Amino acid sequence: MKKDNFLRSNWLLILCGLVIGAAAVVLGYHGNPGNMGFCVACFLRDIAGSLRLQTTGPQYFRPEIVGIVVGACIMAFAGKEFKAKGGSSPVTRFFLGVFVAIGALVFLGCPLRMIIRIGSGDLNAVIGLVGFIVGILVGVVFLKKGFSLKRAYKQSVTEGLAFPAAFLVLFILSVATGLFSQSESGPGSMAAAIPLALVVGLIVGALAQRSRLCMAGGIRDAVMFKSFGLIAAFGAILVAVLAGNLLLGNGLHFSFDNQPIAHKDFLWNFLSMLLVGWGCILLGGCPLRQLVLAGEGNGDSAITVIGMLAGAALSHGFNLASSVKGPTHYGKIAVIAGLVVVAFVSFTNRKGD
Amino acid sequence: MLDARGLACPIPVIRTQQAIQEASPESLEVLVDNRPAKENVTRFATRAGYSVSVTALEDGEFALLLTKNG
Repeated sequence: MKKDNFLRSNWLLILCGLVIGAAAVVLGYHGNPGNMGFCVACFLRDIAGSLRLQTTGPQYFRPEIVGIVVGACIMAFAGKEFKAKGGSSPVTRFFLGVFVAIGALVFLGCPLRMIIRIGSGDLNAVIGLVGFIVGILVGVVFLKKGFSLKRAYKQSVTEGLAFPAAFLVLFILSVATGLFSQSESGPGSMAAAIPLALVVGLIVGALAQRSRLCMAGGIRDAVMFKSFGLIAAFGAILVAVLAGNLLLGNGLHFSFDNQPIAHKDFLWNFLSMLLVGWGCILLGGCPLRQLVLAGEGNGDSAITVIGMLAGAALSHGFNLASSVKGPTHYGKIAVIAGLVVVAFVSFTNRKGD
Repeated sequence: MLDARGLACPIPVIRTQQAIQEASPESLEVLVDNRPAKENVTRFATRAGYSVSVTALEDGEFALLLTKNG
Protein backbone atom coordinates (compact mmCIF):
# COMPACT_ATOMS: atom_id res chain seq x y z
CA MET A 1 0.00 0.00 0.00
CA LYS A 2 2.72 2.36 1.06
CA LYS A 3 4.73 1.39 -2.00
CA ASP A 4 1.77 2.18 -4.26
CA ASN A 5 1.48 5.65 -2.77
CA PHE A 6 5.19 6.19 -3.24
CA LEU A 7 5.00 5.24 -6.90
CA ARG A 8 1.87 7.28 -7.46
CA SER A 9 3.35 10.46 -6.00
CA ASN A 10 6.79 10.02 -7.55
CA TRP A 11 6.08 8.45 -10.94
CA LEU A 12 7.10 11.59 -12.82
CA LEU A 13 10.46 11.75 -11.05
CA ILE A 14 11.11 8.07 -11.72
CA LEU A 15 10.07 8.45 -15.37
CA CYS A 16 12.34 11.48 -15.68
CA GLY A 17 15.23 9.50 -14.18
CA LEU A 18 14.66 6.60 -16.58
CA VAL A 19 14.48 8.97 -19.58
CA ILE A 20 17.69 10.77 -18.57
CA GLY A 21 19.51 7.49 -18.08
CA ALA A 22 18.28 6.15 -21.42
CA ALA A 23 19.10 9.46 -23.11
CA ALA A 24 22.64 9.31 -21.80
CA VAL A 25 23.17 5.85 -23.23
CA VAL A 26 21.59 6.79 -26.57
CA LEU A 27 23.71 9.94 -26.89
CA GLY A 28 26.83 7.98 -26.00
CA TYR A 29 25.91 5.35 -28.60
CA HIS A 30 25.41 8.09 -31.20
CA GLY A 31 28.76 9.72 -30.74
CA ASN A 32 29.06 11.57 -27.44
CA PRO A 33 32.26 10.85 -25.49
CA GLY A 34 32.49 7.65 -23.42
CA ASN A 35 30.30 7.47 -20.31
CA MET A 36 29.42 11.09 -21.04
CA GLY A 37 25.99 10.90 -22.60
CA PHE A 38 25.17 13.83 -20.45
CA CYS A 39 27.48 15.93 -18.31
CA VAL A 40 26.50 19.47 -17.48
CA ALA A 41 29.97 20.50 -16.30
CA CYS A 42 31.76 18.92 -19.26
CA PHE A 43 29.29 20.36 -21.75
CA LEU A 44 29.55 23.85 -20.25
CA ARG A 45 33.31 23.44 -20.55
CA ASP A 46 32.89 22.52 -24.22
CA ILE A 47 30.69 25.58 -24.73
CA ALA A 48 33.27 27.78 -22.97
CA GLY A 49 35.75 26.36 -25.48
CA SER A 50 33.53 27.03 -28.48
CA LEU A 51 33.14 30.64 -27.30
CA ARG A 52 36.96 30.73 -26.93
CA LEU A 53 36.79 31.48 -23.23
CA GLN A 54 39.33 28.65 -23.08
CA THR A 55 41.45 27.45 -25.99
CA THR A 56 43.31 24.48 -24.52
CA GLY A 57 40.38 22.12 -23.81
CA PRO A 58 37.50 20.64 -25.81
CA GLN A 59 35.48 23.10 -27.89
CA TYR A 60 31.90 22.49 -29.03
CA PHE A 61 28.63 24.33 -28.55
CA ARG A 62 26.68 21.40 -27.05
CA PRO A 63 23.03 21.46 -28.20
CA GLU A 64 22.02 19.37 -25.16
CA ILE A 65 22.59 22.33 -22.82
CA VAL A 66 20.53 24.70 -24.98
CA GLY A 67 17.84 22.02 -25.15
CA ILE A 68 17.66 21.70 -21.37
CA VAL A 69 17.38 25.47 -20.82
CA VAL A 70 14.88 26.04 -23.61
CA GLY A 71 12.89 22.87 -22.84
CA ALA A 72 12.55 23.96 -19.21
CA CYS A 73 11.59 27.46 -20.35
CA ILE A 74 8.82 26.23 -22.69
CA MET A 75 7.50 23.81 -20.05
CA ALA A 76 7.54 26.56 -17.41
CA PHE A 77 5.47 28.82 -19.68
CA ALA A 78 3.08 25.97 -20.49
CA GLY A 79 2.59 25.22 -16.80
CA LYS A 80 2.39 28.91 -15.82
CA GLU A 81 5.50 28.46 -13.70
CA PHE A 82 7.78 30.88 -15.52
CA LYS A 83 8.75 33.47 -12.93
CA ALA A 84 11.40 36.11 -13.42
CA LYS A 85 13.17 36.55 -10.12
CA GLY A 86 16.64 37.23 -8.79
CA GLY A 87 18.73 39.14 -6.32
CA SER A 88 19.63 36.38 -3.89
CA SER A 89 23.39 37.02 -3.40
CA PRO A 90 24.24 36.87 -7.12
CA VAL A 91 27.98 37.49 -6.73
CA THR A 92 28.31 34.77 -4.10
CA ARG A 93 26.37 32.45 -6.40
CA PHE A 94 28.68 33.30 -9.31
CA PHE A 95 31.74 32.23 -7.34
CA LEU A 96 30.03 29.11 -5.98
CA GLY A 97 29.28 28.25 -9.61
CA VAL A 98 32.95 28.79 -10.49
CA PHE A 99 34.11 26.36 -7.80
CA VAL A 100 31.39 23.77 -8.46
CA ALA A 101 32.60 23.64 -12.09
CA ILE A 102 36.24 23.42 -11.03
CA GLY A 103 35.43 20.61 -8.58
CA ALA A 104 33.47 18.74 -11.24
CA LEU A 105 36.31 19.06 -13.76
CA VAL A 106 38.89 17.82 -11.25
CA PHE A 107 36.64 14.80 -10.70
CA LEU A 108 35.77 14.72 -14.43
CA GLY A 109 32.00 14.95 -14.26
CA CYS A 110 29.04 16.72 -12.76
CA PRO A 111 26.78 14.75 -10.37
CA LEU A 112 24.79 13.51 -13.35
CA ARG A 113 27.82 12.12 -15.15
CA MET A 114 28.93 10.65 -11.82
CA ILE A 115 25.82 8.44 -11.81
CA ILE A 116 26.25 7.66 -15.51
CA ARG A 117 29.85 6.62 -14.79
CA ILE A 118 28.73 4.37 -11.93
CA GLY A 119 26.05 2.83 -14.16
CA SER A 120 28.76 2.08 -16.73
CA GLY A 121 30.93 0.27 -14.20
CA ASP A 122 33.39 3.04 -13.30
CA LEU A 123 34.18 2.46 -9.62
CA ASN A 124 36.17 5.69 -9.37
CA ALA A 125 32.81 7.43 -9.57
CA VAL A 126 31.68 5.53 -6.47
CA ILE A 127 34.50 7.28 -4.59
CA GLY A 128 33.21 10.54 -6.05
CA LEU A 129 29.70 9.67 -4.85
CA VAL A 130 30.98 9.15 -1.31
CA GLY A 131 32.63 12.58 -1.44
CA PHE A 132 29.46 14.10 -2.93
CA ILE A 133 27.34 12.65 -0.09
CA VAL A 134 29.77 13.92 2.55
CA GLY A 135 29.68 17.38 0.94
CA ILE A 136 25.88 17.34 1.02
CA LEU A 137 25.85 16.31 4.67
CA VAL A 138 28.17 19.18 5.56
CA GLY A 139 25.92 21.57 3.61
CA VAL A 140 22.85 20.19 5.41
CA VAL A 141 24.44 21.03 8.78
CA PHE A 142 24.61 24.67 7.70
CA LEU A 143 21.08 24.61 6.27
CA LYS A 144 19.86 23.42 9.67
CA LYS A 145 21.75 26.28 11.31
CA GLY A 146 19.75 28.72 9.21
CA PHE A 147 22.00 29.12 6.14
CA SER A 148 20.44 31.18 3.37
CA LEU A 149 21.72 33.35 0.52
CA LYS A 150 18.82 35.69 1.30
CA ARG A 151 15.61 36.05 -0.59
CA ALA A 152 15.08 36.69 -4.28
CA TYR A 153 12.70 39.32 -5.61
CA LYS A 154 10.45 39.56 -8.61
CA GLN A 155 12.15 40.85 -11.76
CA SER A 156 10.96 41.91 -15.20
CA VAL A 157 10.13 39.28 -17.83
CA THR A 158 13.02 40.67 -19.91
CA GLU A 159 15.42 39.87 -17.08
CA GLY A 160 13.96 36.38 -16.73
CA LEU A 161 14.18 35.66 -20.45
CA ALA A 162 17.65 37.16 -20.95
CA PHE A 163 19.54 33.97 -20.23
CA PRO A 164 17.42 31.44 -22.17
CA ALA A 165 17.19 33.88 -25.10
CA ALA A 166 20.94 34.56 -25.16
CA PHE A 167 21.71 30.84 -25.09
CA LEU A 168 19.27 30.19 -27.91
CA VAL A 169 20.80 32.97 -30.05
CA LEU A 170 24.34 31.69 -29.41
CA PHE A 171 23.21 28.19 -30.36
CA ILE A 172 21.67 29.41 -33.62
CA LEU A 173 24.90 31.27 -34.38
CA SER A 174 26.89 28.12 -33.64
CA VAL A 175 24.85 26.13 -36.16
CA ALA A 176 24.38 28.82 -38.82
CA THR A 177 27.87 30.36 -38.86
CA GLY A 178 31.45 29.29 -38.43
CA LEU A 179 31.89 31.86 -35.69
CA PHE A 180 32.58 29.43 -32.88
CA SER A 181 35.33 26.88 -32.50
CA GLN A 182 34.97 23.14 -32.62
CA SER A 183 37.65 20.61 -31.71
CA GLU A 184 38.89 18.42 -34.51
CA SER A 185 39.99 15.64 -32.18
CA GLY A 186 39.39 14.52 -28.61
CA PRO A 187 36.16 14.74 -26.60
CA GLY A 188 35.12 18.07 -28.18
CA SER A 189 34.97 16.39 -31.58
CA MET A 190 32.86 13.51 -30.35
CA ALA A 191 29.21 14.40 -30.63
CA ALA A 192 25.79 13.01 -31.43
CA ALA A 193 24.04 14.63 -34.41
CA ILE A 194 22.78 18.13 -33.61
CA PRO A 195 19.02 17.42 -34.05
CA LEU A 196 19.21 14.34 -31.83
CA ALA A 197 21.21 16.15 -29.13
CA LEU A 198 18.85 19.12 -29.23
CA VAL A 199 15.65 17.07 -29.06
CA VAL A 200 16.99 14.92 -26.22
CA GLY A 201 17.98 18.10 -24.37
CA LEU A 202 14.51 19.60 -24.87
CA ILE A 203 12.81 16.47 -23.54
CA VAL A 204 15.11 16.23 -20.53
CA GLY A 205 14.74 19.94 -19.77
CA ALA A 206 10.96 19.75 -19.96
CA LEU A 207 10.73 16.63 -17.80
CA ALA A 208 13.25 17.93 -15.28
CA GLN A 209 11.27 21.17 -14.99
CA ARG A 210 8.02 19.32 -14.28
CA SER A 211 9.56 16.80 -11.90
CA ARG A 212 12.01 19.21 -10.10
CA LEU A 213 14.72 16.59 -10.56
CA CYS A 214 17.97 17.38 -8.74
CA MET A 215 20.96 15.21 -8.02
CA ALA A 216 21.95 17.02 -4.83
CA GLY A 217 18.36 17.47 -3.63
CA GLY A 218 17.76 13.71 -3.57
CA ILE A 219 20.33 12.98 -0.91
CA ARG A 220 19.55 16.22 0.95
CA ASP A 221 15.79 15.55 1.19
CA ALA A 222 16.32 11.93 2.17
CA VAL A 223 18.54 13.05 5.06
CA MET A 224 16.61 16.14 6.14
CA PHE A 225 12.97 15.24 5.58
CA LYS A 226 12.93 11.46 5.03
CA SER A 227 11.54 12.29 1.61
CA PHE A 228 12.67 9.76 -0.98
CA GLY A 229 11.15 10.88 -4.28
CA LEU A 230 14.20 12.68 -5.65
CA ILE A 231 16.57 9.94 -4.60
CA ALA A 232 14.33 7.44 -6.42
CA ALA A 233 15.00 9.42 -9.60
CA PHE A 234 18.71 9.13 -8.85
CA GLY A 235 18.24 5.34 -8.70
CA ALA A 236 16.16 5.36 -11.87
CA ILE A 237 18.99 7.02 -13.83
CA LEU A 238 21.38 4.37 -12.58
CA VAL A 239 19.02 1.52 -13.51
CA ALA A 240 18.40 2.95 -17.00
CA VAL A 241 22.12 3.39 -17.67
CA LEU A 242 22.90 -0.15 -16.49
CA ALA A 243 20.07 -1.59 -18.57
CA GLY A 244 20.98 0.52 -21.59
CA ASN A 245 24.60 -0.58 -21.49
CA LEU A 246 23.56 -4.23 -21.28
CA LEU A 247 21.04 -3.88 -24.11
CA LEU A 248 23.58 -2.22 -26.38
CA GLY A 249 26.07 -4.95 -25.55
CA ASN A 250 28.55 -2.42 -24.19
CA GLY A 251 29.24 -4.81 -21.36
CA LEU A 252 29.89 -3.66 -17.83
CA HIS A 253 33.44 -3.57 -16.65
CA PHE A 254 33.28 -2.88 -12.95
CA SER A 255 36.75 -1.64 -12.22
CA PHE A 256 38.89 1.34 -11.34
CA ASP A 257 41.13 0.88 -14.36
CA ASN A 258 40.88 2.09 -17.93
CA GLN A 259 37.56 3.89 -17.57
CA PRO A 260 36.73 6.44 -20.28
CA ILE A 261 37.65 10.02 -19.37
CA ALA A 262 38.27 9.26 -15.71
CA HIS A 263 41.24 9.10 -13.35
CA LYS A 264 41.71 6.90 -10.32
CA ASP A 265 43.13 9.21 -7.69
CA PHE A 266 40.96 8.30 -4.68
CA LEU A 267 41.69 11.35 -2.57
CA TRP A 268 41.01 13.92 -5.27
CA ASN A 269 37.95 12.11 -6.64
CA PHE A 270 36.63 12.27 -3.09
CA LEU A 271 37.60 15.88 -2.27
CA SER A 272 36.54 17.36 -5.61
CA MET A 273 33.05 15.87 -5.35
CA LEU A 274 32.86 16.90 -1.69
CA LEU A 275 33.36 20.45 -2.96
CA VAL A 276 30.66 19.93 -5.61
CA GLY A 277 28.17 18.46 -3.13
CA TRP A 278 28.69 21.20 -0.55
CA GLY A 279 28.53 23.94 -3.18
CA CYS A 280 25.35 22.50 -4.72
CA ILE A 281 23.59 22.48 -1.34
CA LEU A 282 24.47 26.14 -0.77
CA LEU A 283 23.20 26.94 -4.27
CA GLY A 284 19.99 24.96 -3.71
CA GLY A 285 20.54 22.53 -6.56
CA CYS A 286 22.93 20.58 -8.78
CA PRO A 287 24.21 21.94 -12.13
CA LEU A 288 21.31 20.33 -14.02
CA ARG A 289 18.79 21.96 -11.68
CA GLN A 290 20.54 25.33 -12.13
CA LEU A 291 20.09 25.05 -15.92
CA VAL A 292 16.39 24.23 -15.47
CA LEU A 293 15.80 27.07 -13.00
CA ALA A 294 17.63 29.48 -15.33
CA GLY A 295 15.12 28.41 -18.01
CA GLU A 296 12.26 29.18 -15.60
CA GLY A 297 13.42 32.80 -15.33
CA ASN A 298 15.53 32.48 -12.20
CA GLY A 299 18.34 35.02 -12.61
CA ASP A 300 20.23 33.67 -9.60
CA SER A 301 20.52 30.32 -11.33
CA ALA A 302 21.45 32.04 -14.60
CA ILE A 303 24.34 33.79 -12.87
CA THR A 304 25.32 30.45 -11.31
CA VAL A 305 25.47 28.86 -14.78
CA ILE A 306 27.55 31.80 -16.02
CA GLY A 307 29.81 31.19 -13.00
CA MET A 308 30.09 27.54 -14.00
CA LEU A 309 31.01 28.60 -17.56
CA ALA A 310 33.72 30.85 -16.11
CA GLY A 311 34.91 28.09 -13.77
CA ALA A 312 35.08 25.66 -16.68
CA ALA A 313 37.05 28.17 -18.74
CA LEU A 314 39.47 28.79 -15.85
CA SER A 315 39.84 25.03 -15.37
CA HIS A 316 41.35 24.67 -18.82
CA GLY A 317 43.01 28.06 -19.09
CA PHE A 318 44.96 27.42 -15.90
CA ASN A 319 45.37 23.66 -16.16
CA LEU A 320 43.09 22.87 -13.22
CA ALA A 321 41.04 20.16 -14.96
CA SER A 322 42.19 16.59 -14.52
CA SER A 323 43.10 14.26 -17.35
CA VAL A 324 43.06 10.47 -17.47
CA LYS A 325 46.52 10.68 -15.91
CA GLY A 326 45.05 12.25 -12.79
CA PRO A 327 44.55 15.60 -11.11
CA THR A 328 47.02 18.43 -11.73
CA HIS A 329 49.01 20.29 -9.10
CA TYR A 330 46.99 23.46 -9.71
CA GLY A 331 43.73 21.52 -9.75
CA LYS A 332 44.44 20.29 -6.22
CA ILE A 333 45.19 23.82 -5.04
CA ALA A 334 41.97 25.06 -6.66
CA VAL A 335 39.89 22.39 -4.92
CA ILE A 336 41.39 23.35 -1.53
CA ALA A 337 40.73 27.02 -2.32
CA GLY A 338 37.17 26.09 -3.28
CA LEU A 339 36.64 24.27 0.02
CA VAL A 340 37.89 27.34 1.90
CA VAL A 341 35.49 29.55 -0.06
CA VAL A 342 32.41 27.35 0.48
CA ALA A 343 33.29 27.06 4.18
CA PHE A 344 33.57 30.86 4.41
CA VAL A 345 30.25 31.35 2.58
CA SER A 346 28.62 28.74 4.83
CA PHE A 347 29.81 30.34 8.07
CA THR A 348 29.08 33.92 7.09
CA ASN A 349 25.53 33.22 5.83
CA ARG A 350 24.41 31.03 8.70
CA LYS A 351 21.74 33.48 9.75
CA GLY A 352 20.86 34.46 6.23
CA ASP A 353 17.88 36.73 6.78
CA MET B 1 3.06 34.05 10.07
CA LEU B 2 6.10 32.74 8.24
CA ASP B 3 7.18 34.63 5.13
CA ALA B 4 9.21 32.21 3.01
CA ARG B 5 8.78 34.10 -0.25
CA GLY B 6 11.89 34.39 -2.39
CA LEU B 7 13.79 31.73 -0.46
CA ALA B 8 15.36 28.90 -2.43
CA CYS B 9 14.42 25.29 -1.82
CA PRO B 10 14.55 23.67 0.70
CA ILE B 11 14.70 26.68 3.02
CA PRO B 12 10.90 27.25 3.15
CA VAL B 13 10.50 23.67 4.41
CA ILE B 14 13.30 24.08 6.97
CA ARG B 15 11.76 27.29 8.32
CA THR B 16 8.37 25.56 8.58
CA GLN B 17 9.97 22.61 10.33
CA GLN B 18 11.70 24.90 12.82
CA ALA B 19 8.54 26.89 13.51
CA ILE B 20 6.61 23.68 14.17
CA GLN B 21 9.33 22.16 16.35
CA GLU B 22 9.86 25.28 18.43
CA ALA B 23 6.29 26.18 19.28
CA SER B 24 4.11 23.32 18.01
CA PRO B 25 1.49 25.95 17.06
CA GLU B 26 -2.18 25.11 16.60
CA SER B 27 -2.05 26.92 13.29
CA LEU B 28 0.59 28.61 11.17
CA GLU B 29 0.37 30.63 7.99
CA VAL B 30 3.23 30.18 5.52
CA LEU B 31 3.72 32.40 2.46
CA VAL B 32 5.62 30.97 -0.50
CA ASP B 33 6.15 32.24 -4.04
CA ASN B 34 6.60 29.13 -6.14
CA ARG B 35 4.92 25.80 -6.72
CA PRO B 36 7.78 23.51 -5.65
CA ALA B 37 7.89 25.31 -2.28
CA LYS B 38 4.11 24.98 -1.95
CA GLU B 39 4.31 21.26 -2.73
CA ASN B 40 7.26 20.65 -0.41
CA VAL B 41 5.86 22.58 2.57
CA THR B 42 2.48 20.86 2.11
CA ARG B 43 4.08 17.43 1.99
CA PHE B 44 6.15 18.14 5.08
CA ALA B 45 3.28 19.65 7.09
CA THR B 46 0.95 16.76 6.24
CA ARG B 47 3.50 14.30 7.57
CA ALA B 48 4.05 16.44 10.66
CA GLY B 49 0.34 16.09 11.54
CA TYR B 50 -1.09 19.28 10.07
CA SER B 51 -3.79 19.77 7.50
CA VAL B 52 -3.05 22.37 4.86
CA SER B 53 -5.37 24.70 3.03
CA VAL B 54 -3.89 26.58 0.10
CA THR B 55 -4.97 30.00 -1.13
CA ALA B 56 -3.52 31.18 -4.42
CA LEU B 57 -2.52 34.85 -4.24
CA GLU B 58 -1.44 37.23 -6.99
CA ASP B 59 1.86 36.80 -8.85
CA GLY B 60 1.99 33.04 -8.33
CA GLU B 61 2.30 33.35 -4.57
CA PHE B 62 0.51 31.01 -2.18
CA ALA B 63 -0.69 31.33 1.38
CA LEU B 64 -0.66 27.98 3.16
CA LEU B 65 -2.72 27.70 6.32
CA LEU B 66 -1.42 24.83 8.44
CA THR B 67 -3.82 23.56 11.11
CA LYS B 68 -2.92 20.90 13.65
CA ASN B 69 -4.95 17.71 13.21
CA GLY B 70 -7.19 16.41 15.99
